[in-house]
Amino acid sequence: MYDAVIIGAGVVGSAIARELSKYRLNACVVEKEEDVCCGTSKANSAIVHAGFDAESGTLKAKLNVEGNAMMEQLSKDLDFSFKRNGSMVICTDEAGFSVLETLKARGEKNGVPGLEILNREQLMALEPNLSDAVIGALYAPTGGIVCPFNLTIALAENAAVNGVEFKFGTEVESIGRTDSGYTVTTDQGTIYAKTVVNAAGVYADKFHNMVSKDKIHITARKGEYCLLDKNVGNYVSHTIFQLPSAMGKGVLVTPTVHGNLLVGPTAADIEDKEATNTTREGLDFLIEKAKESVKDLPIRQVITSFAGLRAHEDGDEFIIKEVEEAPGFFDAAGIESPGLTSAPAIGVMVAGMIAQKLGLEANPNFVGTRRGIPHLDAMKQEERAALIRQNPAYGNIICRCEMVSEGEIMDAIHRPLGARSLDGVKRRVRAGMGRCQAGFCSPRTMEILHREVPLSMLELTKSGPGSEIVVGRSKEMEGM
Amino acid sequence: MKAYDIVIVGGGPAGLAAAISARESGIESVLILERDKELGGILNQCIHNGFGLHTFKEELTGPEYAGRFIQKVLDMEIEYKLNTMVADISKDRVITAISREEGLTRIKAGAIVLAMGCRERPRGALNIPGYRPAGIFSAGTAQRLVNMEGYMPGREVVILGSGDIGLIMARRMTLEGAKVKVVAELMPYSGGLKRNIVQCLDDFGIPLKLSHTVIDIDGKDRVKGVTIAQVGSDGKPVAGTEEYISCDTLLLSVGLIPENELSRGIGVQISPVTNGPVVNESLETSIDGVFACGNVLHVHDLVDYVSEEAHMAGKCAAAYVQAQKLGNTEEFQGGRAVSLKGENGVRYTVPVFVRPEHMEDTLTVRFRVGNVYKNASVCTYFGDTCISRRKKRVLAPGEMENIVLKKAEIEKYPDLETITIRIEQE
Repeated sequence: MYDAVIIGAGVVGSAIARELSKYRLNACVVEKEEDVCCGTSKANSAIVHAGFDAESGTLKAKLNVEGNAMMEQLSKDLDFSFKRNGSMVICTDEAGFSVLETLKARGEKNGVPGLEILNREQLMALEPNLSDAVIGALYAPTGGIVCPFNLTIALAENAAVNGVEFKFGTEVESIGRTDSGYTVTTDQGTIYAKTVVNAAGVYADKFHNMVSKDKIHITARKGEYCLLDKNVGNYVSHTIFQLPSAMGKGVLVTPTVHGNLLVGPTAADIEDKEATNTTREGLDFLIEKAKESVKDLPIRQVITSFAGLRAHEDGDEFIIKEVEEAPGFFDAAGIESPGLTSAPAIGVMVAGMIAQKLGLEANPNFVGTRRGIPHLDAMKQEERAALIRQNPAYGNIICRCEMVSEGEIMDAIHRPLGARSLDGVKRRVRAGMGRCQAGFCSPRTMEILHREVPLSMLELTKSGPGSEIVVGRSKEMEGM
Repeated sequence: MKAYDIVIVGGGPAGLAAAISARESGIESVLILERDKELGGILNQCIHNGFGLHTFKEELTGPEYAGRFIQKVLDMEIEYKLNTMVADISKDRVITAISREEGLTRIKAGAIVLAMGCRERPRGALNIPGYRPAGIFSAGTAQRLVNMEGYMPGREVVILGSGDIGLIMARRMTLEGAKVKVVAELMPYSGGLKRNIVQCLDDFGIPLKLSHTVIDIDGKDRVKGVTIAQVGSDGKPVAGTEEYISCDTLLLSVGLIPENELSRGIGVQISPVTNGPVVNESLETSIDGVFACGNVLHVHDLVDYVSEEAHMAGKCAAAYVQAQKLGNTEEFQGGRAVSLKGENGVRYTVPVFVRPEHMEDTLTVRFRVGNVYKNASVCTYFGDTCISRRKKRVLAPGEMENIVLKKAEIEKYPDLETITIRIEQE
């Protein structure tokens, strides 16, 4: 019997798992995919929002500002990339200024520090590539950018090191009540737990509705993005938002924390919660739309495009509470933007509720820090040379675009909750994330996975079962 | 810090030929840096024949062609380091390299020959919408998997792009037992060699759909199918022409990009047309003592031309080093420059300018055309004077063309500023 079972190993589930591991308890995370960070957490704007968007008094506003404030220390404790690059909401007409004033006032009420409205002249000094139409902007110095993969991986890894169990490839089918808690039936067997945390992203409504008559409804709201080459990663240095609309914060242009340029997202409500495909209309729309923010968008530098699904609940608010008619069942549902920013604060909040419910004691053995996988290309030469002397595999470059070594890929595999697929490696150490999009390194990364996991070449996948990369040996195809 | 007279970055066909010619020109201290585990570059995975018709007057496979150059490098005892990635090159020609055996090393070079080759354009460069499942490979990656690793990337294949690697892979996949359903090409003409269309598609009954592209990719985990459509003259898909083709694999052969990250790092001027360095008649880049050849300079169609060009680069790098030893590299750099210009269908020229006093008796100028021309002439103008007209039955973007300039002829025009190459219809 677990004290707590968390459904979903996205950033929210992982943050809750890590916060729970500060207590003495027996907890596990179940995840239908083969790895952490496979859903919404991997395909979003990777922004740490300042916190002026959400209506004051909402959980979204509160947790955004709290999460933002936590991010810097967390990035040091858990060693993931985070940068406070500052954000701007631009306007292109006089009427826009009143919206900026409203956002500023709201932000100040929400507790966002340092907000300022800048005129065109001030803006051009900061961002010379802004479009000619921009006449002013709300500047938020606390806005930031983060690596959503390594944030999630770091939280999960740290939770695992502190005793939380992770069960991958395990899909929850039903949830039942017992006298002492819950039975969570999965395709890999039944799990018994005193409490259940529902951090299932776009599927959170499904699990909530299994235990409650008070139904919730989550719409998958698709956001498409284009990622541009590092050549143009400094095209802007701040995150450039447009004025928000009913569907969200609009199309942004931002550097990523790894030095690419990111443009997106669109916002379209869809029926199919697995439809992470991009569309011609979507990509064309966001490219056109981004031109309102920056001039001469270097769109020929696109290296890949992707889509993520926001978990939008009808009530337009995070649902983070114990379900009234199902004591011990905690929702972390409707976590759309600013969900990534809020995740650390959501973790604290949910873990606190469970600790109180179960009367948990502090875990005296909790280790709150973790060193990430060394990123050799970012190191000083002497430091890098020393690491290669220690472990020569760090001297064997596998991914030429991102300059990722064999040693880093081996670390990605052998870490707690290590990578088992090409995408798992890519999210951890960026092999295949660069301008050739894995054309060069994928056969080499496959060899390392094959040797180190170990897995046969035929079992190797891009992103879990069903995504096998090769189908057989050559010279052995049927009919030949 | 170790020092060499000439360091060659890349041990593929260009690097090998450059090293050999540098040695033949009398330079003892030559080093090749190669990132892979063996010399030969991309030729090692090109197991089909058709290489070397010009150089050796016989048909060789890629590894055989490379093998002849590798043997020569071994015979000449030219030094090389394998599994060594160059991370950085400074303006004063200090190379930082990384390897498992030697860790981080710095090497000072008298002259550098850039011979890093090119890479394939990925799906993202075309921004093809759809899912991102397993089963999408660039043609070269698939070639490596099949020919070097011995694995099949799929059973039912659609190929986008009719570049040479795509055509070669259409045949290879078919020979290995896969079904290649169609090759779709965005342009109204193929980007590959005519002989490859005949030998790799026509001979196997594989349809080539010109003016077609992939507009959607289906399948969340593994490719299930693609939608192709005809494209209009505006390059956009024509409504109503969509066709869904079930397949488990999409191979992309949609262009090659010279791999000039290192060159940009040194500050070498790059041509926006070729994506390769701007060079003079000696194949020297805008940075003193840094030369370039092969696919890093511009994408070639035949390896024979790569070898020829690299031979020239090695020889010029040797001349530079010899001048350096005498302390007169300035003399190597000076001289009247005549610019070379492509016009009216000629997309670019390599080199971009020529200094008559430094050129040999003849200079081969290579270029590509931007469209298919039938019964047109390649015309060379010195200023406004047409000095040569060569009639060609067919000119196509997939095939590299050249003209030969004679030093004696240029010297007759002491005030010449520009040489223009044009395609003119009769």
